[in-house]
Amino acid sequence: MRVIDPRSRYSRRTFLKGAASAAPAAAIAAGTGLSITDAWAEDGQALTAPQLKTLVKMARDVYPHDFIGDVYYITAIKPWDKKAAGDAAVKAMLVDGVKRLDSDAHDRFKTTYVDVPWEVDRVTLLQGIEHTDFFGKIRADLVVSLYNQHELWPKFGYEGSSAEYGGYINRGFNDIDWLPKV
Amino acid sequence: MAQFDLNDDSLVVIVGSGAGGGTLGNELAQKGIKTVILEAGSRNETSDFVNDEWESFAQLAWTDMRTTSGSWRVARDFANLPAWIVKSVGGSTVHWAGASLRFEPHEFQIKSTYGGLDGANLLDWPITRAELDPWYEKAEHKMGVTRTNGIPGLPGNNNFKVMEAGARKLGYKEVHTGRMAINSQPRDGRGSCQQIGFCFQGCKSGAKWSTLVSEIPKGEATGNLEVRPDSHVLKIEHDQTGKVTGVVYVDGEGKTQRQKARVVAVAGNSIESPRLLLNSASSMYPDGLANSSGQVGRNYLRHMTGSVYGIFEKPVHMYRGTTMAGIIRDEAVHDPKRGFMGGYEMETISLGIPFMAAFLNPGAWGRTFTASMEAYPRMAGMWLIGEDMPQETNRITLDPVAKDKHGMPVASVHYDDHPNDVAMRDHAYRQGAAIYQAVGATVTLPTTPYPSTHNMGTNRMSEKPRDGVLNKFGQTHDIKNLFVSDGSQFTSGAACNPTLTIVSLAIRQADHIATRMQSRDI
Repeated sequence: MRVIDPRSRYSRRTFLKGAASAAPAAAIAAGTGLSITDAWAEDGQALTAPQLKTLVKMARDVYPHDFIGDVYYITAIKPWDKKAAGDAAVKAMLVDGVKRLDSDAHDRFKTTYVDVPWEVDRVTLLQGIEHTDFFGKIRADLVVSLYNQHELWPKFGYEGSSAEYGGYINRGFNDIDWLPKV
Repeated sequence: MAQFDLNDDSLVVIVGSGAGGGTLGNELAQKGIKTVILEAGSRNETSDFVNDEWESFAQLAWTDMRTTSGSWRVARDFANLPAWIVKSVGGSTVHWAGASLRFEPHEFQIKSTYGGLDGANLLDWPITRAELDPWYEKAEHKMGVTRTNGIPGLPGNNNFKVMEAGARKLGYKEVHTGRMAINSQPRDGRGSCQQIGFCFQGCKSGAKWSTLVSEIPKGEATGNLEVRPDSHVLKIEHDQTGKVTGVVYVDGEGKTQRQKARVVAVAGNSIESPRLLLNSASSMYPDGLANSSGQVGRNYLRHMTGSVYGIFEKPVHMYRGTTMAGIIRDEAVHDPKRGFMGGYEMETISLGIPFMAAFLNPGAWGRTFTASMEAYPRMAGMWLIGEDMPQETNRITLDPVAKDKHGMPVASVHYDDHPNDVAMRDHAYRQGAAIYQAVGATVTLPTTPYPSTHNMGTNRMSEKPRDGVLNKFGQTHDIKNLFVSDGSQFTSGAACNPTLTIVSLAIRQADHIATRMQSRDI
């Protein structure tokens, strides 16, 4: 069977050559190992660096995939900063949501949300706000803004658009080789 | 290409260009009858389609506001998206998977066959399978359905092979790659299937039949058919005698236009068609057009649906190849010993990563969900599609509050599962899981119904005018020059995909309209 190479198509070398300007931001960053800390050393347009970091941590806890770097969660969360800059109600929802998470974290674990060490404990905190507009909107947006990143698809074994390669008629549409004979 | 005058009152005006409207338009044009199709969506051609689920959704899907209610889970998860259907020239034939099955004879006579069923509004069709068979033959030939007319079946993809192996282990007999309106060899000026895997996003190779690539260009070539895209019909008008005289629509530039007509045929899908009839209420027809029975909008059918995904130790790559070329038909019989009336089909299905994330278990999050997502390349998938029971209270109404951008009330879709639907779904989930377990699935996922792709029944045909909206030709009981040409005609929904039956009825209806026009009866 033809299987999928899960590695990113964009290498660090490509990035250093400067050709990466044409490559998607997430792919560039993935190739260079960008982390939450590097991405948001400074504040965003509307949200502070700690607020953004909390949202990114929350994003990973909502859809945890251990084989993907923070950069994909950052890419998924980043548009919220711009939305907050243009809409006071959105900003209030995000600021209050993060504040609530941190406050719940302090009550139960004596620290901020991002510093609660175990995922299972952070998930308990998320379950506590699952019914809120804040959680609902972040999750509903994330299910698209995370899984619709094309650079992620090979990591999930999905090949995306196929028409330009002539479909799968000569590329393994019927190449399964492990089924029992019937 | 034909261009007709707004004041030309000799025209047949068809609202919608999908399986019903697009086919009717071509059939009438071939007979020399001047016809205009008004299509709410834009004209996206084969080269415009994209192999990208969300981008394609934005290009093709009907996303105008609708509201929902009822116990179905879609009302909770997708409150403003009850149906996944197309707003583009070709309608939902652009998006359909191609499965083309005839109804079983008993499925035209469910009242006689199933007897009484609490809460269900069962009725026999005013036509029989034998009566429709010659038209089914014409439709199969027109659409190039595999396993008919000497056309070979499509080759099975990996997803089919998994389902087939499991089905054989369970002893199922009628298992094959389906009767598909997708070319397995070049035919009718179109090439053969390239196993692209994006059937739902508009076929990039043109192998799949649609009114966009087949009926509409053929009709246009006669000089008798004009298709006006970006033309959203608001209202059907009538004269003092009660006959319809034309339609009011908004064109691509936002201007309101009035197109006169000798005959109007409504083919806007089973949500928009009743909405249009209801929105056309007047002092003469205060409950909406053709609604003396009170049945317009009622008996909304969406099929008993659901999916089962099986996760295996080794790769499947279910997304490679024709999405729905795989079927098990053994459960599509009426066998009340299983605990429900009617039957269901099991058909292969796959979604890409973006839609799998959105539809596998809407609203779910956390490691159970992401573990399933990470098993994506090792998944096989099947769609369950069975007959749902007509209920008067499952219906399309006008939302009392929400209005569209033209100021017209939007459609509100109410649906409750009938206990028969629930019993059938439970049975189908069990059988689907057993099929995959028989060939080594480690996990099976009984997946909730998606927004409706099969919308039927809201202007049902009936022998007696008091029981329904249409006679056996899709002509309204109340107004003789007003027709309905889409799946809303269905008196009941059967266990199989509706398109072949819609096309067959449209070919038959074209003959009827032509004959009646010739005799000056309409």
